[in-house]
Amino acid sequence: MLRGLHFDIAHTLSVSVLLFSFALLYQRRIMGVLNAFALQALMVAAAAAWQAYSQEAPHLYATAGIALVLKALVVPIALKRIIMRLGIHRAIETVIEVNGTLLAGVGLVALSILLVFPVAQDSAALTRENLAIALSIVLIGLLMMITRRNAVTQVVGFMSLENGLVLAAVGVQGMPLVVEMSIAFSVLVAFIVFGMFFFRIRERFDTLDLQYLESFRGDRGQDHRP
Amino acid sequence: MLSVLLAVVLFLLALGIAGAVFGVPWAARIYAAAACACAVAAVAAVVFLVARADVPEALVLPVGLPWLSAHFRIDALAAWFALVINVAGTASAVFAIGYGGHNDEPARVVPFFPVFLAAMNLVLVADDAFAFLIAWEFMSLSSWLLVLSNHRRPGNARAAQVYLVMAALGTACLLLAFGIMAGPDGAYRFASIRDNPPQGAAAAIALALVLLGTGSKAGLVPVHAWLPLAHPAAPSHVSALMSGAMTKVAIYGLVRLLFDLAGPVPWGWGAALVAVGALSAVIGILHAVVERDLKTLLAFSTVENVGIAVMAFGLAIVFRTNAMGTLAALAFTAALFHVLNHAIMKSLMFFVAGAVEVSTGQRDLEKLGGLIHRLPVTATLALIGAASIAALPPLNGFVSEWLTFQAVLNSPSLPQWVLKFGVPVAGALLALSAALAAACFVRAYGMAFLGRPRSRKAAEAVEVAPSMRWAMAGLAGLCIGVGILPMVPAAAMAPLVRRFAGVDFAPLADGLSFGDFMLLAPVTPGVSSYSGFVVLIAVVAVTLASIEGVHRLATNRLRRAAAWDCGFPDPSPATQYTASSFAQPLRRVYASTVLRARDHVDMPEPGDARPARFTLSMRDLAWDAFYAPVERGVTWLAERMNTLQFLTIRRYLVFMFTALIVLLVTVALAK
Repeated sequence: MLRGLHFDIAHTLSVSVLLFSFALLYQRRIMGVLNAFALQALMVAAAAAWQAYSQEAPHLYATAGIALVLKALVVPIALKRIIMRLGIHRAIETVIEVNGTLLAGVGLVALSILLVFPVAQDSAALTRENLAIALSIVLIGLLMMITRRNAVTQVVGFMSLENGLVLAAVGVQGMPLVVEMSIAFSVLVAFIVFGMFFFRIRERFDTLDLQYLESFRGDRGQDHRP
Repeated sequence: MLSVLLAVVLFLLALGIAGAVFGVPWAARIYAAAACACAVAAVAAVVFLVARADVPEALVLPVGLPWLSAHFRIDALAAWFALVINVAGTASAVFAIGYGGHNDEPARVVPFFPVFLAAMNLVLVADDAFAFLIAWEFMSLSSWLLVLSNHRRPGNARAAQVYLVMAALGTACLLLAFGIMAGPDGAYRFASIRDNPPQGAAAAIALALVLLGTGSKAGLVPVHAWLPLAHPAAPSHVSALMSGAMTKVAIYGLVRLLFDLAGPVPWGWGAALVAVGALSAVIGILHAVVERDLKTLLAFSTVENVGIAVMAFGLAIVFRTNAMGTLAALAFTAALFHVLNHAIMKSLMFFVAGAVEVSTGQRDLEKLGGLIHRLPVTATLALIGAASIAALPPLNGFVSEWLTFQAVLNSPSLPQWVLKFGVPVAGALLALSAALAAACFVRAYGMAFLGRPRSRKAAEAVEVAPSMRWAMAGLAGLCIGVGILPMVPAAAMAPLVRRFAGVDFAPLADGLSFGDFMLLAPVTPGVSSYSGFVVLIAVVAVTLASIEGVHRLATNRLRRAAAWDCGFPDPSPATQYTASSFAQPLRRVYASTVLRARDHVDMPEPGDARPARFTLSMRDLAWDAFYAPVERGVTWLAERMNTLQFLTIRRYLVFMFTALIVLLVTVALAK
């Protein structure tokens, strides 16, 4: 009975992380994207904490803490401050319409389930579904990176992808902390790098749209501009 | 012995680095050290062949891919080719001591020469597909850099480009072939491939790719057209290595894959090799016989000789699949023998071309002539090399071609009708190419060394440096030595032949007495036998007798004559036969269809003062049929791919995402 409850709660938390991935996909404003990301990170932290409790693996509390502090608080707040300071409140330019993106996201979830279920036939049901959900979060993160033109949303897509990885890592029993630490740090590094990028762009072009960045790449002649 | 060879490889790589660091002032020292290293490797190969040929040595080094360490192994086959390559390598390095300073840009040659030698040795000892391909590509790229070393001369940059494209194509073919042979489990060790050779259609595709990949490096028709461009473009000691040694490494690859790893192949592959070999022999030598440039002529002759060797290998397969062990041993011996002989005599002839180029500054036959007076030593050694490559007894070239003919003449005993009729046709083509080769080298030697100088530089030529002469003399000595004592190399390759054919080469079957060294009887002593030693004695005796006879019978009355001036009333050298006029009958008969040779005579009207003009045009059909499409395709693809350089970050991500999704969907569907 207790196992069933553990399973249900863990499942609910994982699915809510996935839900926020979809929420990220249909946001049309940058602030909305950041809020959705913060909530997703919160859900990841909750999922990790629940796993720590149910697996009796205290080191997962550290993971939950890292997710909560860094991804749910520091990164969104820092990004918001950057956006405030740069004075960007623009709507997000999409490559594919939001509806199409959502449909693609549903397709990716279906693909993940098709892939993971036969492979992990003999492992525990929780691990199996957790892996499927984590894979769909990773793929939706990638999808977000390629269907949005704005640099901020690309960063967020990347970090949401990392959330999927963390979710996969905490779902498996006996995963050492080192992995989660490295994932958390890589997110931080990516945040710093992208942040540097923003300031560079801001100094010169007054926009965060990637299209302007590309036309000034060094290996490209002036006559090749899009 | 394996450790010796690997040490030599490492030493040569270190020499390459030393060449890059210390550069030209150390060139002579580096070449001398490379010569010593190659000599050590050659001795090691001989020791292995004589003493331990039946016990392969293997070694695993923890380098390369993590799940597949680098495997090395030496067996009799690798040792035989190591001997061939290091003999050529030693001579080439010795030649380079004197020759290296005459290169356009020695700094571009010195570092890569030892690396090239090291890479060729490494191909021979590689025992997994990964090490083999790495070494193979190293060999291609280092020789490409050497081809490019004279990049300022017209045409060389293009030659290097064509070479690079063809080398990449060849490596790609081998890569795919290994992929098929390794199977779905990725068993890239040669031992695993040998245990589980590919079957059915996969085997056919893999072997076709092997033939294309190694054939393009060896210069088989129709993938030969890069060879006469690239080999002459390199400095002569490198040309010698490329023609004499690198084509042998390619043949080694073919033999290793087709004879060893692929298991027992059907006779059709032997027939294919015979056909391709015969075609290469004839087309190669036809090109050579009408060629004006001395080094290009030699490169075309390489195409011919590779064709002869491949044809003999094909005969060996044909005989073996029909369980005719003795004849298979004969054909295999002939092929291996020709590999050795060609390495010796082609290196010698490229050294001669290098010596001629150093002393006269040109290699166009129409501008040479009379060099026998100016370069007496080189001329004598060139005569030995030319006679050997034209397959005249008692020199070495004759022995291997004669053995090949012996194998061809036994082909009517084959059961397959295609072979009963096909092999004699190939034999006729071989005979034609042997005759054309004789004409070709009579022409080359006659135009370059006999007659009167056709240019001022040829008239003022001076003899070349001692190290160059010593390198040529050593190889010429080998031509004679191997020619009169053919049983010595035959005995050295015996373990290899025994392993392939199951039986010994006939003359070696019941031990070797002293008399056997004098007489070569490949099938049975009664049917056909040859003794280089007897021929040598006969040649010497007849020569001495004729000299004596002429001196004795001739009148010693003094004569003074000027009227007709011995047929040279006009002192202009333009009255002599030219190289193209010498080749004109052969060109008319054979080349007008095969090479599309056309003469254009532009004769002015009577009263018009402008000079008449004669131009000659030729086309290589293989170029039109095979190379031009490949080159166009590669260029087209490269231009399309070029736009990939200028995509947005997001589009790159789209590519990655699409690739990922496609792979995942494939996995999902495959379940």
